[in-house]
Amino acid sequence: MVKKIFGQTYIWLILIFMYLPVLILIAFSFTSATYVGQWSGFTFDLYSALFKNKAIMTALGNTVLLALSAAIVSTILGTSGAIGAFYLKKGWRKAFDNVTQIPIVNAEIVMALSLTVLFVFLQDYVFHTQLFSFWTLLIGHCVLCVPFVYISVKPKLQQMDPALYEAALDLGCTPSRALRKVMIPEILPGILSGFLLAITLSLDDFIITMFTKESSFETLSTLIQKTIKRWPVPPEMRALTTIIFGCVVIAVIGITAYQYYQSKHKKTHAQGRVG
Amino acid sequence: MKGDFAMDDSVKIISLQNVSKVYDGVTVVDDFNLDVTKGEFVTFLGPSGCGKTTTLRMIAGFEVPNEGQILLNGQDITKLPPYKRPVNTVFQRYALFPHLDVYDNVAFGLKLKKVPVKVKKRNGEEVIKMKKLSSKVIDEKVAKALKIVDLEELEDRDISTLSGGQQQRVAIARAIVNEPEILLLDEPLGALDLKMRKEMQLELKEMHRKLGITFIYVTHDQEEALTMSDTIVVMKAGQIQQVGTPSDIYNEPANAYVANFIGESNIYNATMMGKKLVRFLGTTFKCVDDFPTNEKVDVVVRPEDVELKRIGKDKKITPEIKEKYADKLIGIIVSKVFKGIHYEYVIMKGKNEIVVQDTKEFNIDDVVLMSIGPDEIHIMKKELTKNVFTDAWIDKNNRLVISDCVFECDLTQLLPGSSLDDDGYLISKEGKKYDLNDADVIAEINLDKIEILDHNPENDENKGEIISIVYKGDHYQVLVRSQEEEDFVVETDYSWNENDIVSINVLPKDIKLTLKGSIDKYEIQ
Repeated sequence: MVKKIFGQTYIWLILIFMYLPVLILIAFSFTSATYVGQWSGFTFDLYSALFKNKAIMTALGNTVLLALSAAIVSTILGTSGAIGAFYLKKGWRKAFDNVTQIPIVNAEIVMALSLTVLFVFLQDYVFHTQLFSFWTLLIGHCVLCVPFVYISVKPKLQQMDPALYEAALDLGCTPSRALRKVMIPEILPGILSGFLLAITLSLDDFIITMFTKESSFETLSTLIQKTIKRWPVPPEMRALTTIIFGCVVIAVIGITAYQYYQSKHKKTHAQGRVG
Repeated sequence: MKGDFAMDDSVKIISLQNVSKVYDGVTVVDDFNLDVTKGEFVTFLGPSGCGKTTTLRMIAGFEVPNEGQILLNGQDITKLPPYKRPVNTVFQRYALFPHLDVYDNVAFGLKLKKVPVKVKKRNGEEVIKMKKLSSKVIDEKVAKALKIVDLEELEDRDISTLSGGQQQRVAIARAIVNEPEILLLDEPLGALDLKMRKEMQLELKEMHRKLGITFIYVTHDQEEALTMSDTIVVMKAGQIQQVGTPSDIYNEPANAYVANFIGESNIYNATMMGKKLVRFLGTTFKCVDDFPTNEKVDVVVRPEDVELKRIGKDKKITPEIKEKYADKLIGIIVSKVFKGIHYEYVIMKGKNEIVVQDTKEFNIDDVVLMSIGPDEIHIMKKELTKNVFTDAWIDKNNRLVISDCVFECDLTQLLPGSSLDDDGYLISKEGKKYDLNDADVIAEINLDKIEILDHNPENDENKGEIISIVYKGDHYQVLVRSQEEEDFVVETDYSWNENDIVSINVLPKDIKLTLKGSIDKYEIQ
């Protein structure tokens, strides 16, 4: 009994430790005091102020646009890379696998710095024109995301029967149609999780963004960093963080519910039709 | 479907001409020539790695031959991609699309298909347009195909909820629904249990009869091949060994390999003693095949073709028995297994083993007389009696090089009365000096003079893989292939396994060398 109480307390302590900061922030998003800790009465003022704050809204728009485009581009690149590598000869495939995994363990600052050096080099010696723009930023984010898409697609390919592609050709598909009609549906879960991973990575990336963006372009992370340099932190940020956290919670609950529904649905489906 | 079964014997539907396929320097299919008649059930039979699946994949279009041509109805399809061939495949592990249900799997090919349809334009002019099949037509065809494979009720089941046998049927339905001219089946029953397999064999045969299309079937199971095929193509190491009807292949195997692969058989080395007389197991038999006297041959006797008669017991071969049955085949039963319809006996005659199936019961240690009728003795031309290597040469250490294998050899046999000096030069009787480095020679080695040893990883010389083994009564005939694909045929008393990695050795005195050209050109001053 004592053991049980002790164990439960421990779990609650950990949960509090993990979620307390966020909960405090959420609580203080409903008061308009400048400093966290002062309570000046319940209000939605911060939320209305947030949506009126042009800088934050632009940064939010930029962030979402960047995350979506980086995720789309890196999903296409990562998936086609994984499919291509899957059909390489064994030795080459191993080598390719290893090379693509280095960026995952590599320190992000190294990647950011090397990208900047590359862009500066191209800017000064090749193109002789201002290069840093949305496009360099997009390239930077894709470099970050592609390896993650690759590793989420690869296991799905390995689970797939390699004869499926040939079966599709045999039944009259051209190679590109076989890819679309058979292979892509087969590895779709991997592609989707790669896409989501890419969105998350891009959304909260700071280092690569900071190094590869053009100076006037702000995403949420760079904007927050810029504003907290000039104390105090703008109170609207509390409202923004609450909204982001809310979105994440909804997404997680949604995915879990969907998976639960799917597994349950499949089971009854199977049971109902046996015999 | 393609309707009636009446087939025109003269119509070649597919023809493979001098087809070869090489992977990474290894020849998998070697100069393959075959014509398949329309409506036939053809089986490619052979052990794994014999090139049968590769040949099938070349017909399907998944592989392009390095050499040769494949003709379909007389047209070259060698390089035509799979989706343009009127050929469909049933894959070894079914390769069904897991994200689609049974109906969509079967309808997959039909939904892609376009057929010419006459369309009336507004001005009344008729044009032929390629149109997709209507969903009604697809429905009908899918229902028909599922009926053929006995799965009418499972249309909207998920693939993952089906048993192996049901998945197999879906795979067949998915292929035949497209009404291919040729149906290719790549060991389709391999994953099923024995009972299921037997049922499916009969069903497939029945389907073939009903559909009337050409089936090309790949298997390593000789029984399956004998049960289902009109024609069997026996393959070994990328080459056709024999093409024939099941009874041809069983009763008249072209060589010891085919005899060994098809059914149980007793295979012996024999010698032709005179006109239609053959001697093996120390006994002379009448036979029906005519070969030149004194020619060395292989004979095959099927276990069910030996008739037994008890003439003594307790292993005792008394002088009376010996006298009475002089020049008859007698032996002692050493093992007896009841097989349901018959008993299977192993009988020893000296060092030789004879397997016999007989419905009569005898006891172990009985002395029996074995009679074999002339019709039951099948004589085959011996594949070879010795290994002859025409591309061999001598290296600077006076060793014999055969492809990637190197053997010590005796060079003095090239010149009677010669000897080798300290520097390795050949010195003739007259004192002439020869340097045989790089000399081209023909080397001959008798089958029983090659020794097979366990491969020693520290010494990679003369390494090879065992490709095939044929049991010949009292010894095995083993084919060892070196890494550079030189074949050594070896007769050995010891049993090895296929795919064993071994090394081979030959004593210098057992290698017979013949110099190509005159020895004079190797003379040095």
